[in-house]
Amino acid sequence: MEMLSGAEMVIRSLQDEGVEYIYGYPGGSVLHIYDALFQQDKVKHVLVRHEQAATHMADAYARASGKPGVVLVTSGPGATNAVTGIATAYMDSIPMVVISGQVMSHLIGEDAFQETDILGVSRPVVKHNFAVKDPKDIPETIKKAFYVASTGRPGPVVVDIPKDMTTPTDKFEYSYPQQVEMRSYNPATRGHSGQIKKAVDMLVTAKRPVILVGGGTVGGRACDEVMELARTMNFPVSTTLMGLGAYPASDRQWLGMPGMHGSYEANMALHHADLILSMGARFDDRVTNATEKFCPTARIIHVDIDPSSISKTIAADVPIVGPTKSVAIEMLGLLAKSKVTPETEALASWWDQIDQWRERHGGHYDKNDDGLLKPQQVIEAVHRVTNGDAYVCSDVGQHQMFAAQYYKFDKPNRWINSGGLGTMGFGFPAAMGVKLHYPDSEVVCVTGEGSFQMNLQEFSTCTQYGLPVKIICLNNGSLGMVRQWQDMNYESRHSQSYMQSLPDFEKLAEAYGHEAITVKTESELMPALEKAFAMKDKLVFLDIHVDATEHVYPMQVPKASMRDMWLSKTERT
Amino acid sequence: MRHIIAVLMENEAGALSRVVGLFSQRNFNIETLNVAPTEDPTLSRLTVTTSGSDRVIEQITKQLNKLIEVVKLVDLTDGDHIEREMMLIKLKAAGQHRDEIKRTVDIFRGQIVDVTSSVYTVQLTGDQGKLDAFINAIGETYVLETVRSGVSGIARGEKVLSI
Repeated sequence: MEMLSGAEMVIRSLQDEGVEYIYGYPGGSVLHIYDALFQQDKVKHVLVRHEQAATHMADAYARASGKPGVVLVTSGPGATNAVTGIATAYMDSIPMVVISGQVMSHLIGEDAFQETDILGVSRPVVKHNFAVKDPKDIPETIKKAFYVASTGRPGPVVVDIPKDMTTPTDKFEYSYPQQVEMRSYNPATRGHSGQIKKAVDMLVTAKRPVILVGGGTVGGRACDEVMELARTMNFPVSTTLMGLGAYPASDRQWLGMPGMHGSYEANMALHHADLILSMGARFDDRVTNATEKFCPTARIIHVDIDPSSISKTIAADVPIVGPTKSVAIEMLGLLAKSKVTPETEALASWWDQIDQWRERHGGHYDKNDDGLLKPQQVIEAVHRVTNGDAYVCSDVGQHQMFAAQYYKFDKPNRWINSGGLGTMGFGFPAAMGVKLHYPDSEVVCVTGEGSFQMNLQEFSTCTQYGLPVKIICLNNGSLGMVRQWQDMNYESRHSQSYMQSLPDFEKLAEAYGHEAITVKTESELMPALEKAFAMKDKLVFLDIHVDATEHVYPMQVPKASMRDMWLSKTERT
Repeated sequence: MRHIIAVLMENEAGALSRVVGLFSQRNFNIETLNVAPTEDPTLSRLTVTTSGSDRVIEQITKQLNKLIEVVKLVDLTDGDHIEREMMLIKLKAAGQHRDEIKRTVDIFRGQIVDVTSSVYTVQLTGDQGKLDAFINAIGETYVLETVRSGVSGIARGEKVLSI
């Protein structure tokens, strides 16, 4: 049998797992591993400029491809810098394996140089974490890490490896396990047939149904099956922030996003529904508004692979624990055999009602007469220029909501954003992670001047690896979402929500060898976008000045029901 | 309502801190907690008493089950069960009260396990209510020190919690 050092086993295990890229940053505790990395060329390494960016790159790769992203960081600050990215992946159920170096075993607990108890620090924001206590355990531990990260409800897994586990001169027999079994970890592989039957009986008799599609449909690769279900039943579909693209936005049956900044028609339909079929959505507070006022007439079928997501915030009438894909397939099978005819007439009048709601707001916004751009206009223009087919990686704030509302996603895995944690600084490294793996696709980072400055150091990484992402910076000179809340709730006292001393973004981009274009008026927008997207092999930073006074609407009235919304600064439902 | 949840988990470093961390992260109560290895040295058995609405208890059991190292658990309060807690209690036992304390210990079927001229150390086993009642009966002014194990529990009859 082959004899390898612990460091070599780490890299070989990644090779055997089929990992093509890892993202990381070297340091004392991982030097042996970096040396083993140097001596092979199967696993390629991307050197970021801050560990947070490594985690977001790996995360976005996982979101786009469905495969776990892999990160390698050193102990102490290397690992703690990765925590925000780990938490981001955790909140959105993204498979990720983070290998962190640790100080030598005999120093653990002695406050050694660059020592942090990363197992303790990361515990609340990982699906699981492992400490390697014997070099011989490295292959099996890494296999387990990938297994746990990518099965069931996916999530990040940290593997902490003390430096003395990777000593180059200590060699051990290496074999990578084909599979691992863990007696305490058995994720559901299919839903309960009796429950699925009960659910189907409710579907065929529903008069005012809505299918609520969440990230579990995208992550569970169940979009085709859920779409078929919706089409078969002629049911309206609302996709959550994490579910955008799971159902084509250009389709008549799509209502838009639910919740705080959801569409008027989606929120109205959910509020008045008699049945909600939730496929991999978790009814979080940004979707439900006040839980006690949530959808008073709806019975709820909740399909989720994680039992703890069911009846956590909203009680389910029919809980189904299982993968969205296999449950949808079973539902389709039962529907094909069902002799009950759907409530065609009731559905027709439900659709009439929905179409009336659609006319009320329909994503309307007023353009300025003086050429000052509205952020919504910019997103619509980006959609036109990219034929609606780009990977859109968003940062967090108003621009994120505008992108979610106005970039009409027709395909899954194209909308990449930090939905649960709301991590500013996510968008740019996320776009880099996607571009690296999909070099022939358009990859757009929609950001703001606030979010972008949280990870702008990655300009340098883009130069090194040639990552020609297109950065759409909606520059309103303020932290737009904070400012919006201050306008609405604090009599426009803009406490710390403005951005002073902004850099000259053109010069900044140019300093790293990138292109940049500044856009200040409506007439400059389309030419600038066309020019930018024509530069296929260049990173282009578009500093687009937009109206700082614009708010995101619809916006639900806090502590109220789904149907209570502001539709503009002056109009309330 | 009060619940007693018995958990079998991998006997590994860090497993306990995951359980304890879960309770604080998710704002669940822990009233008592005890843990020790089982007859199978790879498994630990943990008993936690907690309280909350049905919805909270459902979340507690689901979130505990979700921990990778938790192998199996049961909410003992769902069925008939036996609940015991052990207390060691040091009591002032001097002068005229010495006999009275001895009598109270006998009534509660406790055992005096250590004696000095002025102190009795008593061992008492029972459910939480019995231990509380004993302290009440003795009177707090006589209590010098108490140590309680926290509740352990087991289902009545044929039901077993094992893998």
